[in-house]
Amino acid sequence: MKALAAAAVALALLIALALLAPQWLVFMAMLALAKGVVVLGLVVLMRTGLVSFGQGLYFGIGAYAAALLSHQWHIADAAVMLLAAAAAGGLIAALLGLLLARYRDIFFAMLSLALSMILYGLLVKSAALGSTDGFNLHARTFFGMAFASGMERRVFLIAGSACAVVAALMVHRLLGRHWGRLASAVRDNELRVSYLGASPYRVVYVNYLIAGALAGFGGALAALAVGHVDPETTYWTTSGEFVFIAILGGTQSIIAPFVAAAIFEALRTIASQYAPNVWQMSLGLAMLAIIMFQPAGLWSLAERWRRSA
Amino acid sequence: MRISPSFGLRTAVAAFVMLLTVPASLAQQPIKVGIVTLLSGPAAGPFGVPARNAAELTAETLNAGTVPAPYTQKGFGGTPIELVIIDEAGGPQKQVAEFRNLAPRVDIVIGYISSGDCLAIAPVAEELKKLTILFDCGTPRIFEDASYKYVFRTGPTGTMDNVSVALYLVERNPNVKSIAGINQNYAWGQDSWADFENSMKTLKPGIEVKTSQMPKLFAGQFGAEITTLLGSGAEVIHSSMWGGDLEGLVLQGAPRGLFEKHKVILSAGEPAINRLSTRIPDGTILGARGPFGPFAPDTELARWLKTNYQDRYQVPPNYASFKMAQAILAVKAAYEKAKGAGSAVPDQDRIIAALENLTFEGPGGAVKMSLGKGHQAIMDAAVGTTKVEGGQLKMVDVVRYPAEKVNPPDGVKSEAWIKSDLKK
Repeated sequence: MKALAAAAVALALLIALALLAPQWLVFMAMLALAKGVVVLGLVVLMRTGLVSFGQGLYFGIGAYAAALLSHQWHIADAAVMLLAAAAAGGLIAALLGLLLARYRDIFFAMLSLALSMILYGLLVKSAALGSTDGFNLHARTFFGMAFASGMERRVFLIAGSACAVVAALMVHRLLGRHWGRLASAVRDNELRVSYLGASPYRVVYVNYLIAGALAGFGGALAALAVGHVDPETTYWTTSGEFVFIAILGGTQSIIAPFVAAAIFEALRTIASQYAPNVWQMSLGLAMLAIIMFQPAGLWSLAERWRRSA
Repeated sequence: MRISPSFGLRTAVAAFVMLLTVPASLAQQPIKVGIVTLLSGPAAGPFGVPARNAAELTAETLNAGTVPAPYTQKGFGGTPIELVIIDEAGGPQKQVAEFRNLAPRVDIVIGYISSGDCLAIAPVAEELKKLTILFDCGTPRIFEDASYKYVFRTGPTGTMDNVSVALYLVERNPNVKSIAGINQNYAWGQDSWADFENSMKTLKPGIEVKTSQMPKLFAGQFGAEITTLLGSGAEVIHSSMWGGDLEGLVLQGAPRGLFEKHKVILSAGEPAINRLSTRIPDGTILGARGPFGPFAPDTELARWLKTNYQDRYQVPPNYASFKMAQAILAVKAAYEKAKGAGSAVPDQDRIIAALENLTFEGPGGAVKMSLGKGHQAIMDAAVGTTKVEGGQLKMVDVVRYPAEKVNPPDGVKSEAWIKSDLKK
């Protein structure tokens, strides 16, 4: 019940933000939300002890799925784009998961990285899709309803928020039950899980699939915000950014990814504005500080505060 | 009454948010110009930093009123200008975010080297109704696939770079029979090669394409590709490489006889000459993406940029510097034209109206905003051949091609024009 109340409050806040905030903040919120959803999937995967350095694969698939719908088939409906992107991400994850779920540790990380870079290579070679330049996409309707320009992005943010909150709630339920403890058990001692009669392969596979679908959804949401897709979405630095955000927030809560994504976006913007020559270094120093002083992520601060209160 | 600390914090946050949302108006002093250029990453050295340097130099000399005619008036129409510089690195997604943050803080945005960034920014500029000048990116797709009111590009597209070197080659080697290419595997390399290949096929029907090598961007090592090129038997090798890759190609290719055995064309080679200098073998055909750098005409405006830039940064300005100066001067010309038409402080719509179809003088010569419904510049193209004379690299046999000869007419796509009407 507590989670449900928190979700309702979060959704109400996001809707208020979408309706009242200036355009630039709506855009930032959309981007942060998109990345938060991807990182949520990553956190699900991390529960099994696996770090994917290739979530850019599904982020890119989602972005290109949405963009191709408008570009090739002239379907400019945001709802269709978001759902199709999540489905595309989930579908590819269901396929690749068959292979990846067999691997652990560094082998899993490297293989996921390699697969995302294959997609990057394919996109760079495809001149019809604009190669590294990418191409624009335009979403004009939501479930067939058209909105005034300026209003449409706010509507997309509300829709994205609703989906993200529902997804977060479902993940919270899932991890709070039998499944979540099984995932932690796979991380701690896989052999013992097998002896108890559960299949670690199945746990990893399903969690990978969830992560893929969420990343696909996030990719489409980001593409809707930006209005442009390019192969950078699948590049390893993009995947690294998701891992960065996951570490920044910590993996113990499902709200942490969203808070961390918002902090990351804000941090990057502030660094770009006030230190245009050293913005990357500013981010790197922030990362270093987190690892040194808050190894369990910023969320551990919130936990401590809650316990002391 | 006690004020709780959280109330104070909330007030501060609210004040901060309000500060950020207050739009800058054109009437404020001075005129704020956002400059977006690559300050980090591999393209910062050859393009981004030379462009930023030129922006700072141009802004300072404009404010001091020491730029030659017709730009002698201080600032923009007497109002000083102030630059807000941000980094273009990080990809289109980040750039769209930064643009949205920058737009409310400045009156005009000038920037973007990467074509991907330009394609992503243009629709956003249109949405935010912010006058935005693209100064360097090359892809003709921006105004060929869409049309914009608030977006302009004051530098020529990449089309004429490869058309002009093809014309130059065919004039000097009328019997050329085979070509090959080595270009970086990304949009710029692919587009440049396609333009060159198609130009050659139009100018010399039946020309044989021996091989097209597309090494990875920033690969740096081209041993295998050079071997393939040496064995290809092609008479001419085309490359649109830049930066470290171009230096790698020259330094690794020259000792192996790549430049002796073949006629080599470096369609965007100009920024490398300051670093490679005499190590570029004689007889290499070189382009500068327009009449820039060593190809600049001998005008007072070109001398102003060359002398001041050399004095300040100890290197000559390259094409990125020229194009940045040109973009700022374009806005100045439009601003002053709009001001001269009556309004004391011209609003954005008047500046846009003045800039559309404008012909103005840049440090590289005349610039005509004649494509993309008056939003895309064309310029003369210049091509030359390298020759080391007295220990210094010189450009000899320099040819200037009139803008209309190397650019498509308005409303015609570059690719189609190269394939059908280039020959005339």
